[in-house]
Amino acid sequence: MTALLQVRNLKKHYPIRQGLLNKQVGSVKSVDGLNFDIYEGETFGIVGESGCGKSTTGRSVLRLIEPTEGEVWFQGRNLMELSSKELRLLRPDMSMIFQDPYASLNPRWTVQRILEEPLQTHQSLRTSERKQHVQELMERVGLSSFQANRFPHEFSGGQRQRVGIARALALNPKFIVCDEPVSALDVSIQSQVLNLMQDLQEQSKLTYMFISHDLSVVKFLCTRVGVMYLGKMVELAPKRKLYANPLHPYTKALMSAVPVPNPKAKKERIVLTGEVPSAKNPPQGCAFHLRCPIATEHCRSVQPEWREADEEHWVACHNL
Amino acid sequence: MEPVLAVEQLETEFVTNGGVFKAVDGVSFHVHQGETLGVVGESGCGKSVTSLSIMGLLPKKIGRVKSGRIQFHGSDLLDVPEKQMRSIRGNRIAMIFQEPMTSLNPVFRIGDQLAEAIQLHMKLKRKEAMRHAVEMLRKVGIPHPESVAQEYPHQLSGGMRQRVMIAMAMSCNPEVLIADEPTTALDVTIQAQILDLMRQLQEEEKTSILLITHDLGVVAEMCHRVVVMYAGQVVEEADVDTLFESPQHPYTQGLLSSLPQLAGEQDRLESIPGTVPSPLNMPPGCRFAPRCKYRVEACEQVQPGLTDMGGGHRCRCLLVEKGVAR
Repeated sequence: MTALLQVRNLKKHYPIRQGLLNKQVGSVKSVDGLNFDIYEGETFGIVGESGCGKSTTGRSVLRLIEPTEGEVWFQGRNLMELSSKELRLLRPDMSMIFQDPYASLNPRWTVQRILEEPLQTHQSLRTSERKQHVQELMERVGLSSFQANRFPHEFSGGQRQRVGIARALALNPKFIVCDEPVSALDVSIQSQVLNLMQDLQEQSKLTYMFISHDLSVVKFLCTRVGVMYLGKMVELAPKRKLYANPLHPYTKALMSAVPVPNPKAKKERIVLTGEVPSAKNPPQGCAFHLRCPIATEHCRSVQPEWREADEEHWVACHNL
Repeated sequence: MEPVLAVEQLETEFVTNGGVFKAVDGVSFHVHQGETLGVVGESGCGKSVTSLSIMGLLPKKIGRVKSGRIQFHGSDLLDVPEKQMRSIRGNRIAMIFQEPMTSLNPVFRIGDQLAEAIQLHMKLKRKEAMRHAVEMLRKVGIPHPESVAQEYPHQLSGGMRQRVMIAMAMSCNPEVLIADEPTTALDVTIQAQILDLMRQLQEEEKTSILLITHDLGVVAEMCHRVVVMYAGQVVEEADVDTLFESPQHPYTQGLLSSLPQLAGEQDRLESIPGTVPSPLNMPPGCRFAPRCKYRVEACEQVQPGLTDMGGGHRCRCLLVEKGVAR
């Protein structure tokens, strides 16, 4: 398998400024040294709780926000070294689906105009061609082309997310970052959208980076999954391995905490005490040691190494 | 055994520019002492409006209960004068809301907000009320309750705020606790903590809980019985095991099979086609008919009633009513 995207030592630190002179007194380490590859045609999942840096990772990879440090190789080029002009030429190949279909569509624009915008920016088509293209896009995501002149508020949540997906597809991208695309939707609508995303991937050989807090959704859609905690990746493995045999104590706790829709399912729940510490001053040593049920003295002082515990199964923990 | 709270044929309507519409249409259910009843449904199904109707907290002018009864210890809450309602609300029936940030007052200290309710309902002096407030914070597992009582809501994390909300709701030992999506805004590991806490408090105080949620996983873990709502109506009611093992209503079946599962493999998700009907334009027959794969012609004309299937299992479906196999 070839890697479409390679991320090396990606960091995003936000400065904390204080005082009269706006001096930097510290930094919030949102994303702190990530390494992973995304293979062509796969769906790479990133899970974690709020504040773990998963959305920041998604945006940094596309350079929608400027990372502090690191490299992102996409089709053999390091995105971090490209000028904005060069980057713009690459933009059609990568796009994004956002979480909130209410906030990510301009309420004053018709769907026609929303879907047309990327075409106008990157391609020189005639008006009639553009119109045709928009109609095709709408049909591909399961909307009727006669709805093109409607405004976002005239659509339901699920339909709005379809518009968001159509916009992401407008320029035939190779790679799409999906940031919690279904978490604002009801269950019955969520499954429609997930099935649609799966179909589109098969049709157009898309590669997804799928960011979510929902372990069940990630399991359904993804081929490989990375688990993040406090700006770092703690475990990364192919889906089957991760769900059948989670190694990191955080992954185990996370999985055991998900309520299962089966009242007869008996399970041992690992209830984590405490909360995620602030990324402003992350703990010394392993970021998870404050809540970890198996932490030792060693974990408090030394950061665990990111190593391959089993074939394709990466984990950062001392106690395995 | 007499139920603690019984809602009978509740109809709540809203007056909007687009016209009058019924958000809740003939909803009935009851909760026994020490029982957790789940009310499940997707957005707009009327589950939150039902809880606001019980609490008498509907937005004035636009929302009103048109008919029905809400029996609480032999009296109808809809007939109770506002003054008396004030002594019930927050005292004997308490509520936890979804978003703890918007339901706590940002300019008052945690301790003061808690003590206010306690002072009012338990007729305690300020100092005693404060002591009781700190005790409640300790009970819901907040570390250093004395210092947290001196803090403002924005200084706490989401999970801690929800604990404060629970402490506030439980401070007067309510008989009924209405929890409206209490863990939806929280992360799973924090959700697990909060659900554990609710279960533990229920065991200690024998509180009846009305748990309103869209999360079927939470229902399976928490509830004894479940009411499924769709477009303002109850479509199915059963004990939790029956509901998950042999759901009868096509909507319940669809909901359960459209869930991505943590266990097992799925190549494809089942899904319910279409969307929830607009409350201003309800289908004349069964409200689920336009999305139902089993629909027959009669479904589009006749409103099905709730069929009693024995053992407290009821279902609103014409085919079940007629005993037609699907």
